[in-house]
Parts: sequence; C-alpha cells; structure tokens
Amino acid sequence: MIMDAKGLHYKALNKLIEDAINNSAKKIKITNVNGQRYIGGGIKGNVEIEIHGTPGDDLGSFMDGPTITVYNDAQDGIGNTMNSGKIIVHGDARDIVGHSMRGGKIFVNGDVGYRVGIHMKEYKENFPVIIAAGSAGDFLGEYMAGGRIVVLGMKDSDSEIVGDWIATGIHGGMIYIRGKVEEHKLGVAAKIAEFSQEDRKYLRNLLKEFCKTFGYNVKKILDAEFTKITPMTHRPYGKMYTE
Amino acid sequence: MCGLGGILNRRGKRISGKEIIAVANAMEPRYDGRGGGFAAYGIYPKYKDYFALHVFLDDEEARKKTEEYLKERVEIKKDEEVPTRNIKEIPRQHITWRYFVDAPEKFKEEDYIVETVMHINDCIEGAYVASSGKNMGVFKATGMPCNVARLFKVEDYKAYCWVSHGRFPTNTPGWWGGAHPFNILDWSVVHNGEISSYGTNRRYLETHGYKCRLLTDTEVVAYLFDLLVRKQGLSVETTAIALTPPFWKHIDRMPEEKRKIYAALRMTYAPAMLNGPFGIIVANRNMMIGLNDRIKLRPLIAAENGDFTYIASEEAAIREVCPKPEKIWAPKAGSPVIARLNEV
Amino acid sequence: MRFPPEFKVVRDQEKCTKCKRCTIECTFEVHGYDKKKKRMVANDENCVACQRCVFTCPTKALVIERRPPTFSDHPTWTEWIRRDIMTQAKTGSVILASMGNEKPYQSLFDSIVIDACQVTNPAIDPLREPMELRTYLGRKPEKIEIENDALKTEIAPNLKLETPIMIAHMSYGAISLEVHKALATAAKEQGTMMGSGEGGLHKELYPFADHIIVQVASGRFGVHEEYLKIAAGMEIKIGQGAKPGIGGHLPGPKITEPISETRMIPVGTDALSPAPHHDIYSIEDLSRLIYALKEATRYKKPVFVKIAAVNNSAPIATGIIRAGADAVVLDGFRAGTGAAPQVIRDNLGIPIEAAIAAVDQRLREEGIRHWGSIIASGSIRTSADVAKAIALGADAVYIGTAALIALGCTVCKKCYTGKCTWGIATQVPKLRKRLDPEKGAKAVSNLIQAWNHELKEILGALGINSVESLRGNRERLRGVGLSQPDLDVLGILPAGK
Repeated sequence: MIMDAKGLHYKALNKLIEDAINNSAKKIKITNVNGQRYIGGGIKGNVEIEIHGTPGDDLGSFMDGPTITVYNDAQDGIGNTMNSGKIIVHGDARDIVGHSMRGGKIFVNGDVGYRVGIHMKEYKENFPVIIAAGSAGDFLGEYMAGGRIVVLGMKDSDSEIVGDWIATGIHGGMIYIRGKVEEHKLGVAAKIAEFSQEDRKYLRNLLKEFCKTFGYNVKKILDAEFTKITPMTHRPYGKMYTE
Repeated sequence: MCGLGGILNRRGKRISGKEIIAVANAMEPRYDGRGGGFAAYGIYPKYKDYFALHVFLDDEEARKKTEEYLKERVEIKKDEEVPTRNIKEIPRQHITWRYFVDAPEKFKEEDYIVETVMHINDCIEGAYVASSGKNMGVFKATGMPCNVARLFKVEDYKAYCWVSHGRFPTNTPGWWGGAHPFNILDWSVVHNGEISSYGTNRRYLETHGYKCRLLTDTEVVAYLFDLLVRKQGLSVETTAIALTPPFWKHIDRMPEEKRKIYAALRMTYAPAMLNGPFGIIVANRNMMIGLNDRIKLRPLIAAENGDFTYIASEEAAIREVCPKPEKIWAPKAGSPVIARLNEV
Repeated sequence: MRFPPEFKVVRDQEKCTKCKRCTIECTFEVHGYDKKKKRMVANDENCVACQRCVFTCPTKALVIERRPPTFSDHPTWTEWIRRDIMTQAKTGSVILASMGNEKPYQSLFDSIVIDACQVTNPAIDPLREPMELRTYLGRKPEKIEIENDALKTEIAPNLKLETPIMIAHMSYGAISLEVHKALATAAKEQGTMMGSGEGGLHKELYPFADHIIVQVASGRFGVHEEYLKIAAGMEIKIGQGAKPGIGGHLPGPKITEPISETRMIPVGTDALSPAPHHDIYSIEDLSRLIYALKEATRYKKPVFVKIAAVNNSAPIATGIIRAGADAVVLDGFRAGTGAAPQVIRDNLGIPIEAAIAAVDQRLREEGIRHWGSIIASGSIRTSADVAKAIALGADAVYIGTAALIALGCTVCKKCYTGKCTWGIATQVPKLRKRLDPEKGAKAVSNLIQAWNHELKEILGALGINSVESLRGNRERLRGVGLSQPDLDVLGILPAGK
C-alpha cells in the first residue's frame, strides 16, 4: 500500500496509517514525508512501514511490534518509550534516540545525537538494542537500566566516536564502543570493563542482523578494538542522600 | 517550544520571502499562534545607508510623540506606513510605521541610535521600536507566522538573509513587541527555549547601559551580541565562546595558551554566559549564526546547498525548501554555526 | 546570692555506674562524686549545656534539661534581661558573649524562597548533567582582547575555588591548632580556601598554605613576609560582623606557649586587636596597605578586605574596591565570634542579606562590579543560604560556625572561657586532644560536599548548570512576608508576582 504524505498534517497521515492497519495492511510505503510527527506512534502488530523523506519527531513512540524503515535522516526522539519492533534509519538520527526504550531494536546507519538510549530498560525477554554505524553525541546511555547500545564509529574519521559524560548514572545494561574511550569521558557510575572473547562472541550475534540490514561485514567490524562500558554499581547514587 | 528558521545567501543574492514562510510553516506543531515574525536583510536598497526604524504605534498620539522626538534627535530621510493587508486572523493592535533616519555626524552613530531606540521604548507611551538596522526590517505580530507574513506582505520583500520565528509563548503575554525576532541595530535574534540565566544577564547588560524592558529573556541575546561584538570588538567566534563556554572540565584539558584564553573568557564573561535550554539564530547584515546551549537541550539543524546556508529547529523545515542539501548536520552543543556573506 | 541555674543535670541513677567519666569530660566542674552518699552529684549552676557528658556517658545515664523560667513573666523585662542586669549590678562589667547574635530578629534568608522550573524552562538533572560550581575570586577585566590566537588582556590574580563555599577566618588562639589543621585539610580536599584568622599561622599549617587566605588585622599578629608569600591570598580585616566597630581581645588564659610564639606576645597576656588599624584612618590609608601587601607579594596574589555589614556598606564597599581590593568580604550581624561584648554582638550591624544586595547593586550602578568579588559571611547555615546569598549577588561565602558544628561544637556559647569541652575553642593540651584533626577534616569536608550536592540540586531545579548563572540572578528569588522596603533593598519581588 502506498501513501503520499505531501502536505498532510501528521494527524491526517497517522489516521491513514491506522485505517490501513485496521484494514489488515501488512506493508505500507509512505512517500513525500516531511516533518510529520508520531509516525507509527502507539501502533501494534507486525506491519512494515517504509518512509521516504524525513519523518518528524517521536517516530515510533510507544510502538509495539511494527518495523519502520526510514530512507533518510530521522529527527529527535525516535523510538521514544518503544515496546517492541524495529526502527531502521538509513541516514542520521538526532537526539534522544530510544528514550526509555523497553524493547525492540533501533538500527541507525549514520550518526546519532545527544542522550541516546537515555533511561533504556530491560526485563527478562524485553530487551532493547540500539546500534549506530556512525558516532554518538554526549550523554550516551544516561541512567541506562538495561539493554545494549553499540556505537561503531565507522562514518566520519574526523569526529569522535562518542561524546562526553557517557553512561552517567548507568545501573543496568551495557554499552559497546568500537574504539578506545578515554576514562575521563565516563559519567558518574560508569566503568570500563574488559572486552572479552565472550563479549566478542556476543557482539557477533548482536550485529548479524544489523550488518545484513545495511550490508556490512560482521567480521570486518569485529576486527577492531572495542570498549565495554558497564555500571559500577546498581546504586550509583546510594551515598548521595542521608539514610 | 518554538520553531526557528534562517536562510542566508552567502553571495548576497536576494530571494523572495516565500521560502522563509515555507520554512516557518513546516514547523507548525512547534508554535501556537501567539507570536510569529521575520527579519529580512537587504530589503531597503534604496535607503541602505539609513537606519530603518520599524515602529509599533498604539495610536496617532503615540505617532506624533515619536515623530517629534525623532525630529529632535535624527534626520528623517523618509517615513511611511509599513504596507499591510487587513486579515481577520490578526486584529490590528498597532500602526506600523517605518522611518529611515540618520544620526547627526558629531555622534558615534550606532550608540546614538541605540540610545534613541532605548528612549522610545522606555519613555514614549504606546511606541515600540521593533527594529533599527540598516537595509533591514523586522515584521512580527501576535499570530501564526503564515498570517504575520500575510499581514505584512512578507512575500513581496526580497532579502539575502531571512530569519523566522513561530512562537509558543510561556513567559510574556503575546503582544506584537513580544514576538520574535528581537532586534537592536542590525542584530536580530530568534530563540527557542528559555534563558534561565536571564536575571544575571540582564543585570550585566544594565551596567552597560542597556534597558531590558520587554520582560522576556530573548532580548538579552540581542544586546549581548551588540555589547560583545560591536562595542567590545570581540569576534563572533569568541563571542560564542563567551556566551556558551565549554565546561571547565574541557577547558582544563586544553593546551596552555588555548586554556588561558578560554579561562579568561569564562571568568570575564561569567555574567554574560547563557544558561538554560535554548537554540537561537542570530543575524546581522554580514552573517547568520546558529547556536545552542551547552548541553544541547534544544534542537538545531544546519544545512548548506550551493550559496545557501540554512538553519532551523527541524530538518524537515529545511528540506521543505531545499529537499536535497549538499550537507546537512546537527551542530554540537555550544558550538556555533557561522555563515558569512561573501564567504562561498 | 546566686542565680537559679539555667540547666538541670538529670542523672538516671539506675544506669549510672559511677565510672566518673563525666567528671573528667566536664571542664566546668559540674559533676562530682559524693563519698558519703556513694553516688554521683551535679552542680547545676556551672552547667553550660555543652552536652559533652551526655554524649560521652558510657551508659547514657545523663540528660541536660532546661529549667523552667523561675522569674514571673514579663514581656519587656525578660528573664534574660533581668539576669544580665543583676550580673552587671554585681560586677560592674561588660557582659561577654560567644557565637552569633542571639536576638530574634526576622531572618531575611528565611523570608526568601527560590524559584524552580516547570516545563517551559526544564529543570536539569544534577545527577546526570554536568553541574559546575567553580568560582574565581578576584578582579576581572572589562573585556577580553585576543590577538593572533593569544590572550592580550592581562588577567589579575584570582583564587580558584571548586565550590563557592570557603571556611571562615577563625584565629589560631581562639581555636586550637588541631581545628586549624582539620579545617585546612578539608579546604584542600574540597578545592577551596580557609581563612587563617588574625592570629597568624602555626608552622604546621604551612603545607596547606596554597589553600589558605591569610588575614592581616589590626593586631598584625603573626604577619611576616613568609606568611604573606606562602598564602593563596590575603585579607585585611577592618571589621567583624559580631562586633562591628570594635576591636577584640583574646583572653590571656588562651595565650599558651605556641600561641605566644605565633603571635609574638608574652604568654598569659590578653592579645589585643585594636578597633581600627592604627595605620588606616581613611580610605587612602586602606589603599596604601592594600598596595603594600601587593608590592610585598609582587602582585601575584589577590587582596581582600573584610568589613562588618553596616548601614553604609554599599559606598564603603565601592571605596574598598576602588582602593584596589580584589574582593570585599561582608560579614553580617549574625556572624559568630569567640568573644564579643553581648551588647555589641546583639545590636550592631545589619543583616548580611541586605548588605549583599546593596553592595552588589551599588557596584553595578558604578560599573565596577567586575573589579572585585563579593564574599558573604556571617550565619550561612545551609546550602539554601549559600544559594540565596549568591542569587542576591555574592560570588562566594565563608562558613564559620557551621564548620565548627561539623567538628562537634554544640554552640554552648562559652568559647571565651577557653574551656571548650569539645576541644575546639581551647588551648588546653588535654582538651585539644579530644579533637582528631583527621576525623575533623573528614567531617568538614563531608559538610562541604553535601552542600555542594545540594547546591547542584538547587541549580538543577533552576535549570542552570553553572553557578555563575545564579550569581546576581534575583529574578529567581521571591520574598515571603517581607515589607516593600525590604523587597526593594533585596531587589526581589514578592511571591506570586
């Protein structure tokens, strides 16, 4: 099913999508998207949505199951509190990717902005994953409570792979950075842990689908130094307040 | 929450207002219709050597008083009403008049014009100078940007630099003067977010003779640029460091000479530092600058295509008028995007 | 005829094991052992409620209670006024007092509330986002000039602090060497400064000198070339908030051998600090001393000038800044002291809040706010007071009494006796030993750290990530229950406006 979003307000567009899904559409292609917000917001099921153009903020927020592919850049807040499903972005994604994400996957072939994976969660099989081929800005994985973030830094050799204040307040989950991370860039409560053979194996599995999506070679990606960032403790601010 | 837009043609080629209106319209969810505006550079080539004062006047009485005062102070080359159309969406709050004026030779003309503007805003009841630069003007009112554009016939103007704003006001009641852009001389500022350091900044500016009477945080940005760049002679790059300095943590790690400069700037301009979440676009006759706060709490996107530089709150707004820019990027927190005229 | 005692020692005879620990801990000779009755007894009249015996009693058998007023009620002739008159009738003497002003004036700090962000100007999470408290004290240039990527503007010497909280000047003599060491260690650990006080520096403090601001007061105790040169900065004390306009004297019993060595006065004599500096009788004389100190230290260190907050603080402070001082220290009328005439302590001077606001405003009006910093002291009790002082216009604060309380002081107000049971305001060797400088340093350091955290919480709530954006930001304060003239002085609006 193909929709033309040209000139449509987000409310109208999202209504069209909802109607299509109610009519059991399995594949929706939307053209001329430019700035419409909340595409895929709060929808359930296994529909596939293809977006041509630049979707607006909060793409796939509260989404539960669908797969969204963006053939361009995405704006702020993709996968905000998303529950399950997949968001694939062929360009860059901006700030607060996967805010409070509860499950599902976000694959970005470009750079990601500030506060990516902030407050990401995890419980048993609900396990969110964010992977970016490019670099990430400051405050990556702030307050992270679960899931995995992988930043590969393969796009622009000039810019730093990851910004400052990484994983401040992390108390669960893990971050893998392809490259070296200086200790001073870690936020409070984060530590650099040994990247073991186990980790390499684990990462190979994690990256398989990502590499298939964007046409990368897993082996080549893994043939590099990685930094693993984990929580120092489960109660990073335990001593902050009097008991 | 507000929507910012800016377009500069670095070769100085003038383009119609239609493009910036489209940029502003693309960010409709970011504003609520209680303030919209545009700044345009290069619109008065015939009077390009005169300060163009765009003045909001409440009534004929205010106009008379303003004119009397101006006649005492400056040479009025020409004055006329700014052309408008009647539209139902924006009830007429003011008459908008423009004066093309020149300062007497014996004075430092820019300071003299600033004083003149400050006096009108401060002392003449029912009069407010919306802009005062040369060969430029600000068009703003309480309404959606598209309606403000219709009201002032913005599409009829041609400018090499355009800045737009759609406002979602939370601070001051929506009145025409409170809409963005804010302007002093040829500095225009549009702003998204909140300057939490406003009180500190305002008191710093007051010690330098500026009067912040709009009860809104954005005007301090315009005055800070005027003070640091025009009066104190700092480069725009240095000014950006003064206003959104790196964290001490990063300054401490710099090589010695650089560290000294940054530390000196931070110590000296501590009361000028802008704090809180913000994205701003600042323009003057020579350039357009985009800047966000030190931890990037508001969005800002920049793009380049040919001789054009674009800055906006959302990527979609840029793509609305330039679907495939050669380069599009999200500037880093606290790092300015500076696009200059004749720098291609 | 003696007064009825203020306090009553209540001893649980069941719990008391007659170990006599209390007789050792108490320096005021309250506790004793009655051989006949074979039980511990107490002389309530001597009790100052320092709580030392209560804290140290191994079986927790002791409680000190305030005795109910024994005088008949009168709103004008309070019990305390009557007691003072009787004392003076008996002795013909000035009543001496310690710690700060005890009169119940309205607290301006407690009548000011701080703003907070909601939605439009989002709060910043101080736990995650970087929050900066670094503060530079000293003269700043009007503007910066850069030429060929090098700094052309010369920057005057500034003190770098990692927190706007410093430890106030309390003299070696008034307090013990152990306390000085504890405070200096804490200052160093927290990246801040401590004041030496006016009694000079014991040699054991020299290793901490880069975190010490040395004081030059009217008595010029312990002031010598090395003292000036090793310090981070210098401070001329003109006046003190607890006793504006008058000098002071450290009672003879506190002048022990090491104090005598540091101050260069005979053992056992009273150490006299005259009211004025006898080489400063006008502002140009102050300037002469400021430059004498700068010359002696080759213009490498800032010179601060401390005054008591008084009616004319604003013009005085501008004079001080114009005279060449790099900072003016304002000491409010609630400031603490080791000893001061009670009538002075309780009735002279003005609140620190008003002084900060007036001085900051005047310096701005004269366009010289950047010439010097403003340091506030005198009854800074909490991190909220620090935030309010800064928002009113101060660059930094000094804490004195709060630091002593961190060390164990219970504010019994008997510093002037030299019998401090907590080993703080004393020179008696066996009492001094009661304070472990290392544990003390940790306690003071903890206090500053806790306040730093709290300041960051406040900044975060204000949506500000650096303390400089709070400085002078009176927009973010509101007054509760203050009169319009008070609000005008403070430069703040009433709550709700």
